[in-house]
Parts: sequence; structure tokens; C-alpha cells
Amino acid sequence: MTGARTDPSFAAPARRALLAGAAALALPVPARAQEATLLNVSYDPTREFYRDYNAAFATQWRARSGQALRVNTSHGGSGRQARSVIDGLEADVVTLALAYDIDSIADRGLIAADWQARLPQDSAPYTSTIVFLVRKGNPKGLRDWGDLAKPGLQVITPNPKTSGGARWNYLAAWAWAQRQGNPEEFVARLYRNVPVLDTGARGSTTTFAQRGLGDVLLAWENEAHLALKEFGEGRFDIVAPSLSILAEPPVAVVDRVVDRRGTRAVAEAYLQGLYAPEAQRLAARHFYRPRDAAILAEHAATFPSLDLVTIAAFGGWREAQKTHFADGGAFDRLYRPGR
Amino acid sequence: MARRLALLAALLVLAVLFLLPLVAVFAEALRRGWDVALAAIAEPDALAAISLTLLVAAIAVPVNLLGGVAAAWCIAKFDFPGKRLLVTLVELPFAVSPVISGLVWVLLFGAHGWLGPWLQAHGLRIVFALPGLVLATVFVTFPFVARTLIPLMQDQGREEEEAAATLGAGGLQTFFRVTLPNIRWALLSGVLLCNARAMGEFGAVSVVSGHVRGQTNTMPLHVEILYNEYQFAGAFAVAALLALLALVTLGAKALLERLAGRQAGAAG
Repeated sequence: MTGARTDPSFAAPARRALLAGAAALALPVPARAQEATLLNVSYDPTREFYRDYNAAFATQWRARSGQALRVNTSHGGSGRQARSVIDGLEADVVTLALAYDIDSIADRGLIAADWQARLPQDSAPYTSTIVFLVRKGNPKGLRDWGDLAKPGLQVITPNPKTSGGARWNYLAAWAWAQRQGNPEEFVARLYRNVPVLDTGARGSTTTFAQRGLGDVLLAWENEAHLALKEFGEGRFDIVAPSLSILAEPPVAVVDRVVDRRGTRAVAEAYLQGLYAPEAQRLAARHFYRPRDAAILAEHAATFPSLDLVTIAAFGGWREAQKTHFADGGAFDRLYRPGR
Repeated sequence: MARRLALLAALLVLAVLFLLPLVAVFAEALRRGWDVALAAIAEPDALAAISLTLLVAAIAVPVNLLGGVAAAWCIAKFDFPGKRLLVTLVELPFAVSPVISGLVWVLLFGAHGWLGPWLQAHGLRIVFALPGLVLATVFVTFPFVARTLIPLMQDQGREEEEAAATLGAGGLQTFFRVTLPNIRWALLSGVLLCNARAMGEFGAVSVVSGHVRGQTNTMPLHVEILYNEYQFAGAFAVAALLALLALVTLGAKALLERLAGRQAGAAG
């Protein structure tokens, strides 16, 4: 090249063309074409966690592969999000509230049927449970599930038909009542105290915390802690019931989409990364219970050990869905709005 | 006395129903200061939402301008079988819930919709992308232009057009020389109303959007997202900007109507 600069036979137009070519190469256009994008379709309360994880993973991915990465996110009620993916929303990965929602995407052939076995811990890299969020000082003295069915109390929980969190709430109440004898009667009394069913968990939290409706919010543990943080420690208390449910929000690569878009490698790395210590710590910081036992122990103060039943007690999600949430199921029988 | 009471009641209702919420939006937006509000608007996802909203309106409004004028012209100036049906169809978007207006596009163009497999095979995306947002918006805001024009054009009757025709004017010539000048003010106000609604539409757009941040979120959807993320100041800041856009649109409409009145006065 140095020769070219001094060579008089290297005509000016040719030189200019060469320079223009070099400049074009330096422009960000080819770099942008290199940028990979992922769409993570998730449920409501994961917004803050994935905002941090996306940034961390993009940096990591760039260091590892040299490829710039932008992770886009979409959040909403888990069931509705699954519906959107089925209807054609091009999610590379789904990170939803419960296995049933991913199952229903798999049923349409978008995800391999064995998806839950592809990642450790049933493809749920973090867990949570259901707790009560009450007004500061717990003025109604709510200690356990039994207190929530008292007449005149207002319980805030989203709609189990549209919200994954709501289904965990419902099943936690059911599991407690099952040990007392008559779950259907108890859960019916509990839902009689629900003045409004929001479509997603976040909507319910806003109803309770921002609009000041209700005496108690049935919430994801992470959502309850986040509400404490966002609205000030002085306004609410968290009450852990005697028994709750181990909520395992699972994640999966959407095979049909990643194969079409050629994003399988990065999508799989994105989900595997959730199990790495840094991501597990990030999850704990956003009040999800990490799967990593050592990191969970570091945060023992935030995550009290509880008596937790799992979805297996309901025969798995498909069974639970059929018995409780399908049209004409137990929820339809026991919930009458406006009564 | 009774008239004054009625006036007072009307003003009170207006203040409580319209003025108060508007004031509340701006007050909430500025509660944590101008800098917080402006930062919320200058944030990349917010800017993407603003430009998407303007883009959708910029496509939907001209489409409705053409469609609305054509529909109104047919209905007001001609008789044909099925005219009643057309009138009803024009009003349909007002009657159905916006959620349905969104859902129909998912049913048609979604992955499992009628045309979904064909679209997917050809790599075309309609729902959860710009075309879906435009379709939903066009559907919801279609009646605004047509409904503003139809009564006026029916009132004006057909004499002038018939006169033009006897003098040898063709269809298009008649339209541009006779019909259009007669309706231009009403047309402009219909277009502005249509624009205000197009920018503010939530329900139908929410169904077809997919809610991907920075990509398929319009301003009303972005407001909901911010609100759900406990960023109340930001949510109200974007809401205030949206309200401001609507107010400017309505202000322009009022100004036009005054101009139109003055011109009509001068002409009459």
C-alpha cells in the first residue's frame, strides 16, 4: 500500500475509489449486518431481571464470539404471551411462568416435545414461591391461607385464565386447603373476596400497591420484594404462609424460529447462561430463588425456607390445567364474578 | 336562571370529566421535574415508540382519507344496490370493540390464521409487525373521515354535480372542481380527528403488537409498559406528550373551523 501512494501510475480516480472502498468498509453497515438479535418473550415480573441479564449476556457473547447482540423483550401475562408466540410472534426463546404455557406452544410444533429435558432442573433456572403482601403492620392480622377467606376481606390476585402467576396462587391456596379437608369450598370462599381479576401479575401488583385496592396481594415472592423496593419499605410487609408452592418458571428455545432465523447457537447459549453463577446471583438480586445451592445460601435472609409443594402434587401441569383451569374446570365452577 | 344552572352543570361536568384528568396527566408528568420527564421521552425505547406512532398515523390517515372520501362520495351522490349495507359497514368499526378489531387480523394473518401459512412460506409478516399495526389502526379510524363527510354531502345534494355533468365535465373533473371544494373544510376536520384517534389507539393495536420494546410498541403501549414497570413519572411524561399531540390536532381543527366559518361568511 505504501508503494501505491508514491507510484505515479496509480491514477487519482483509482486511488479515490480505493479510499472510498476502505471508508465503506469502515462504516458501521457491515458491522450492523453482523449484529445478532434475539427476541425473548417472557411474562410480567421478569422485566427487571432480564433487563440486567440481557446486558450482561450481550457483553459476554461479544467477548466470546465477537458478535454484537441485541436482546429484545416482550412482557405480558404468561398465557397471553404463549398465545402470541403460537399466533406468530417470532420469539427465539420463551421464558414463561409455567411449563403448561410452553407445552401449549410445543403442542403446535414450534418447540420439540422433549423441551423440558433439554436444560437442567426441568428447564427452570430459578424458582419462586407465592407469598402474601399486606399493608404495613399487617392491620388485618393475616398469617396464613385460612385468614384470606374471612368475609369482608379483599384479596388481590390476577386471573388464572390469563396469568401464570395467578395459577400458582390458586394452586398454593388449594394445596394448603387440601391438607385441611375441603379445598374446593375454601378456594371458592377465597375467590369470593377477590374484587377484580387483572390479566397479569404486574397488573395486580399495581392495583394493590399503586391504586391502594385490597388488604392482601397474592404475589410471586420476587414481585412482592420488588414492590417493597419500588414503593418504599415502609408501606408493605411480606407474610410467608405455612405452606406454599414451588413455582418453577421454565425457559425454552423456540426451535422453529431459531432454525429459520439461524439463531440457535446464541439462543441456546443465552438460556444456558442463566445457570451460570453470575446469572444466578443476578436472579437472587432480583428476588428469584437461585437453583445454585451455594448462592441460595448467601441470600438465606431474603428467602426463608418454607414448606413447599411442587406441581407434581397436582399430577403435573397438563393435569392441573385440565382439572382446574380449562373451560368448565374447578375454577369455572367456583368463581362467580360480582358475588 | 334555569339556563344558567344548566350552563353551570355542563361546565362542571366538562371540568370534572375532561379538564381534571388532563391536568392530572401533566401534573403527574412534571411531579419529579422537567428533567425526569424529558429524559423519559428521550429514552431510546420511547423515541422508537414515538416514531412508530407517527409512522403508523402517517400511513393510516392518508389511507382513510382516500377510503373515506370514496365511501362518502358513493353513498352521498349515487344510488346503487347495497348502499344501506355500505353505510352500515362504514360505521362498523365504531360499533365493535377495539379488541375485536385487533383480533380479526390475528385470525386472518396470524400463524394459524387463514392466510398465515402462506404468509409464513413467503417470509411476510403482518401481525406483530408494522403492517398489522397499520391495518388495526386503519380499521378503527376508518369512520372518522366518512362519517364527517356523509351528512354534509347528502345535505349539499347532487344539483351542482349534475350541472357540471350537463356542461360536459367528466367524473374526475366534477369531483375535483365541484365536490372537493365544497367539502374541503369538513374533510380537513375529519382527517384531523382521524389522526388524533390513530395516534391514541390502544386496544386493537395492543392485540396485534406483540409488545416488543423498541420495535412494535406504539406510544399508548409504551405508556402501559412504563406504568407496569413502576416508572410512573416516565409513563405520565409519555402520556402527556401523547395528550399534547391530540390537543395540537384538536387545536388545528378548531382553528380550521373558524377559518372555514369566516370564509363561508365572506362568500355568503
